[in-house]
Amino acid sequence: MDYRGSEPEGFGHESAQETGGPRREDLLPHTAAAAVKVVVVGGFGVGKTTFVGAVSEIRPLTTEETMTQAGAGVDDPSGVRTKTRTTVAMDFGRISIDERLVLYLFGTPGQERFWFLWGGLFEGALGAVVLVDTRRLEVSFDVLGRLEERGVPFVVAVNAFPESPRYDVEDLRAALDLPPAVPIVTCDARAQDSGRDVLLALMHYLHSLTTALELT
Amino acid sequence: MTDQHHGGPPGPDLWDEETPERLYVITGGRSASTGHRSIELVSLVVTQAGPDPMTPPEQAAILRLCTTPLSVAEISAYLHLPVSVITVLLAELQGRGGVQVRGPVPIAVLPDRELLEAVINGLQRL
Repeated sequence: MDYRGSEPEGFGHESAQETGGPRREDLLPHTAAAAVKVVVVGGFGVGKTTFVGAVSEIRPLTTEETMTQAGAGVDDPSGVRTKTRTTVAMDFGRISIDERLVLYLFGTPGQERFWFLWGGLFEGALGAVVLVDTRRLEVSFDVLGRLEERGVPFVVAVNAFPESPRYDVEDLRAALDLPPAVPIVTCDARAQDSGRDVLLALMHYLHSLTTALELT
Repeated sequence: MTDQHHGGPPGPDLWDEETPERLYVITGGRSASTGHRSIELVSLVVTQAGPDPMTPPEQAAILRLCTTPLSVAEISAYLHLPVSVITVLLAELQGRGGVQVRGPVPIAVLPDRELLEAVINGLQRL
């Protein structure tokens, strides 16, 4: 989810402007009974769309909402506050788990004001993947804090850009102030198997949390 | 007055006009906040009864699209209409028996183990 066109994700992402409907190969079977979702959160340019696109069985799609903001009126000599409307787009993909269950992946920036546009984006989500770039760790602090506040379980996936500095996982954990239980995995957001492994890390983590909860 | 107002859904050029006024007209001024919380982003929608000549174009487009299950998010993407608008249209269609809405798997505090195991098995097959 981003201001349209402003994020230099760039790898293999086509504008998902579809007309008409799904391609024949994108049709779900009639047996598809229910869906679950995972939210992929990260700053601009960290590779959310790339990640979603790499693991999705359909070409990533885009849903848009309109956000109305009170403008600061900088361009307005009269000083009258003007309202500006911004179209905010959120990219998403899909993975069929079996004939009955479907998993959707939504890519969203870390700012809470975007989450409200799709009321309950995190409500009912299995969990979240926080995608980070080690060149800009500081942009992740707020996101991690907000997810913790909301009680959304998450794993941290470090998108290993070739030019990004490499850190030891425990150094990253200290830098991000993460509890020992939260998994930190390295990934290549462009590769399907790498993205799948991140999602598996999230599911195994959730599984361990659920098991721990059952034991108490 | 152009022909676009007669029969069939509006052309792609009209879909792109995301003015609040247009969205207000499509939803008949109803808003999603009037209690359709059962319809959400990943609810799966399936057409039960096809459009008839009285069906408004946007609702007809939804009915044509959902001959196989589609999520609300996908409907929004394909029709270039916000999820908030699609939700209102779906609530109406659902009320008339035009669509079946299959709600998402409810998640309590944490997802249950069987669900997670199903997801893990599915991902391992990728």
